Amino acid sequence: MRKVIKGNGAVAHGVRLARAQVISAYPITPQTSIIEELASMVAEGELDARFIKVESEHSAMAGCIAASSAGARAFTATSAQGLALMHELIHWAAGARLPIVLANVNRAMAPGWSIWTDQNDSLSQRDTGWMQVYCESSQEVVDSVIQAFKVSERVLLPTIVVLDAFFLSHTYEDVEIPEQELVDGFLPPLELPQKLDLEHPAALGNLVFPDRYMEFRRKMELAQQHALGVWEEVGREWGELTGRPYGLLEEYRTDGAELVLVCAATAASTARVVVDRMRDAGIPVGLVRLRVFRPFPADAFRAVLGGRRKVLVLDRNCSFGHHGIFHQEIKSALFELPAAEQPEIRGVIAGLGGRDITPEDIEDMLTRAWEGRLEEATTWWDVLPAEDPVRAASVRS
Amino acid sequence: MSPDVNKLTVKDYKTDLKPVWCPGCGDYGVLNALYRAMAELQLEPWNTVVLSGIGCSSRLPGYVATYGFNSIHGRALALATGVKTARPELHVIAVGGDGDGMAIGGNHFMHSCRRNLDVTYILMDNEIYGLTKGQTAPTTPTGDKTKSSYYGNPEPAVDPVELAISVGATWVARGYSGDMKTLTKLITQAIEHKGFAFLNVISPCVTFRGDHQFKEIKEKLRYLPEDHDATDRTAALRYVREKDVVTTGVLYRVEEPTLGDRLEHIRMVAQGDGEPPTTQEIINHFMPLS
Repeated sequence: MRKVIKGNGAVAHGVRLARAQVISAYPITPQTSIIEELASMVAEGELDARFIKVESEHSAMAGCIAASSAGARAFTATSAQGLALMHELIHWAAGARLPIVLANVNRAMAPGWSIWTDQNDSLSQRDTGWMQVYCESSQEVVDSVIQAFKVSERVLLPTIVVLDAFFLSHTYEDVEIPEQELVDGFLPPLELPQKLDLEHPAALGNLVFPDRYMEFRRKMELAQQHALGVWEEVGREWGELTGRPYGLLEEYRTDGAELVLVCAATAASTARVVVDRMRDAGIPVGLVRLRVFRPFPADAFRAVLGGRRKVLVLDRNCSFGHHGIFHQEIKSALFELPAAEQPEIRGVIAGLGGRDITPEDIEDMLTRAWEGRLEEATTWWDVLPAEDPVRAASVRS
Repeated sequence: MSPDVNKLTVKDYKTDLKPVWCPGCGDYGVLNALYRAMAELQLEPWNTVVLSGIGCSSRLPGYVATYGFNSIHGRALALATGVKTARPELHVIAVGGDGDGMAIGGNHFMHSCRRNLDVTYILMDNEIYGLTKGQTAPTTPTGDKTKSSYYGNPEPAVDPVELAISVGATWVARGYSGDMKTLTKLITQAIEHKGFAFLNVISPCVTFRGDHQFKEIKEKLRYLPEDHDATDRTAALRYVREKDVVTTGVLYRVEEPTLGDRLEHIRMVAQGDGEPPTTQEIINHFMPLS
């Protein structure tokens, strides 16, 4: 069924079709309309689930952990400060190998207070053991939420499905909402190998001594590596059912491209237009959109970027002290290529705190990269000069 | 006689920022009463800090020309504890809403009361999450329909006043944002009180709770009887969880040592009358007896 809905609505439909059984959540802009719509679906009987509105995000994730430990399909949604407050339990959910799905609407961290998009909130959860998938459109959101449950339940790791604040969360788009029967065939009811069970009592969360702890962590790492293939397989299967296949990353006009732009989320839609424009002008540029960020598709990046002349990575985030995060990770992956196949890499940090990334911005950065005019390894785009590095925080007019 | 040029007026406490609350929001009443109380007390803006967490009402520090801190959701009192402990001579006023103070920040409320932290805490209670556009809060009455409870709120509500009295606040009052005269008096007394002063202000949300609220509350409003003994905890507890009336006034007021007093006392005891101990004396003190 086709419907014109916003990104947040697409999350809610995905959760409904996945037949989530427990939704435990706390409101925060710009995520709130996700849980409002789910509360409405539960109240109207469209979704047979328990909806719990708790007193903080910390409790929201605790609720999901408890529900998932008891064998229920659990979901929550949050943004920025809310995700940060969950951090302790984010580690717990992954360490306990619970297949929870969380939708995070990318929002910049305070201070200064911002409700607009950037990726530092979700990327700060990079090392927790959660999988992360970055969406470009509302269609991809609804499809990815359903896939996330399937992959999570196969590999027993939780997933964060990420969408940009406002550019995606509050933008209305034409979306094909899958039929329930189709999703039921794709995503069977959850059967956890271990769960709280009155017939077989067991204690969870015990102390683990140094002779065993590392083995648990090694298993998480193996599960992440295994998940790469599962995301590919599940994305392919979804394509066979719906005509909309998904991969770990997405290539656009990379044939013969000597300069490849890498970016994630809605900036990719803008970049596509620019790539077309520059190709028409005879400049051999292409685009790779990063979709699955954890597990990191290093092999896929080596395959698509190896042997190119130049790569430009657009980060809507910053690992303060060491470049944009996608930039770091891609550079690290490409280091394993033979020297002759290693492209020249430049990074651009743009669009933090919801600042617009326009087609003109992307065309300008690609032109500068192509002409070798990005001198620094990383360039901060469209930003006021900060002459004094220490006092730069107070920009006075 | 010319007016005293050194006297601070309401105008001196206002900033250039225009409040962005909805027309008719109860929080305007609280802000105006706060301006008046500050002017009445001649509170020095340079010795005053107004702190908040997150929510509609937590925008308030931006509208007051003192030091201000619009902090993390639920943490106004945690920050107030830090400010007051580091700079006990400052007037510290924490403000916020019922979602901020009773839900995500509920734990800090209990411990600030219990410690008798010498700050003023003004809770603008609208019985809803306003900033995120209308979900149930811990003060939302059972059965009310909100955007997170389409068939009615399944949870019993908390009365912040009852909670404050139960866990050790030394000054507890209830006010109403539509009664400017009483509210100004209550805020003045709250700031003057030495110890944790908790003022719960019924501050209707016309957007998500409906503008009939002002009329309904006005009909229910009554003042504490003249003979109410505010030092009697049992008497104070008669005015909590009210259904058909809203009683405003100072329900409970006692004098107890504050957190700062107790910390200072410990410091004096530890230090004694003489010189502070040397490092070697401290090591000797903790060395196990051989």
